[in-house]
Amino acid sequence: MAKITFITHDNKNHTVDVQNGLTVMEGAVQNDIPGIDADCGGGMACATCHVYVKDDWFDKLPAKEDGEEDMLDMAFEPKKNSRLSCQIIVSDDLDGLEVNIPSKQS
Amino acid sequence: MNKTDALIIGAGPTGLFTAHQLKLIGLNCEIVDNLDKIGGQCIELYPDKPIYDIPAVPECTGEELTNNLINQIKPFDIKIHLSERVDEVKKEGNNWIVKTNNDKKFSTPNVIIAGGVGSFEPRKFPVKECEKFENNSLFYSIRDKKIFEGKTVSIFGGGDSALDWAVELSKNSKVNLVHRRDDFRGAQATVDKVNELAKEGKINLYTKYQMSSIEGDDHVKSIDIKNDNNETKNLKTDYVLGFFGLIMQLGPIANWGLNIDKKTIEVDTEKFETNQKGIYAVGDICNYPGKLKLILSGFHEGALAARACFKLARPNEKYRFEFTTSSKTIKERLGVKGD
Repeated sequence: MAKITFITHDNKNHTVDVQNGLTVMEGAVQNDIPGIDADCGGGMACATCHVYVKDDWFDKLPAKEDGEEDMLDMAFEPKKNSRLSCQIIVSDDLDGLEVNIPSKQS
Repeated sequence: MNKTDALIIGAGPTGLFTAHQLKLIGLNCEIVDNLDKIGGQCIELYPDKPIYDIPAVPECTGEELTNNLINQIKPFDIKIHLSERVDEVKKEGNNWIVKTNNDKKFSTPNVIIAGGVGSFEPRKFPVKECEKFENNSLFYSIRDKKIFEGKTVSIFGGGDSALDWAVELSKNSKVNLVHRRDDFRGAQATVDKVNELAKEGKINLYTKYQMSSIEGDDHVKSIDIKNDNNETKNLKTDYVLGFFGLIMQLGPIANWGLNIDKKTIEVDTEKFETNQKGIYAVGDICNYPGKLKLILSGFHEGALAARACFKLARPNEKYRFEFTTSSKTIKERLGVKGD
């Protein structure tokens, strides 16, 4: 279990408990966090679960797999700390993770 | 006006198999899709990626699955209207009148929405002012490449579309190619070609840059591009092209009076009918307790929706369940010989 904080574009914090093994995207969708569309359902095929990971957390996450960076090319306003939340798998190590949700997903 | 027993919106795997099921039970149908090709997400998002969970098919790519489904409906000669987006669905008597963006009209008692997550539209630049220049000097697809001759064209993107057009337009135009990172995801041969042209000075390559603003009156005059270190460059340009792939938008479906929750349409699990009689939703776009967004679920949903269509299309006949292995009628429809 990890506490994950989603910060929406209007600067509201949403902290939720997400079970280990789920993705950060699933944690957002199950808790009705606004701003994560996840159109393709976690297939790394749409770039609509795009988040910005807080800098101190970015390097702690397992590296991106092939294909994620390609999809991020298509994301709305990608930055250095961009990730697809469907590719981040929750574990105890992620307790306290903070991610910012972009103003739009497309 | 095209009259049909059922109109399917969406030519993805679910739409194609639903068409198969309709024809098998003796109903006519036509298919409309906003894309210019058959296959939906399978062909647009992952044509080369292997799929491992199609029953009895251990492994196939999105393209192979699409081709197999096309083969499966070949005996039926089904009309598929491509590059047509359904804009309007209105009730008239017992029928639904369906209109597309190109003013094609259909009259049908049954509309089956197999629209995935909506219609595919190009992804746009985040810079809001870009809208002002859209289809005038800023484009997301190219209809007539001649307009770029002798002009400066700034191309954004790192996939095959961006690279192919950069190579092609560099023959007769001054080309800037802007991409957010050093790596390109296009075919290696094209990437090599782009690098070669950049060395020869025929393409100006700006990697790790993204657009930060756009200037002009009626027509684009210049753009600012910015990198991660906040360094900005101003590029004079006559045209801007963005190739960021496609995104699915629910689009006009939202206006048809259906119960929509989180971009999906609520249906019952007997007929896969929506809150509007004679409008069904199947595949990724439908929602019910326990819904799985799997292709195999779409096949099941389409098979049941097709049976539900029978009642409205043939109100005076009774539907009789038959197996393809034994039914003479079905074999005739398929054009295969009986035993």
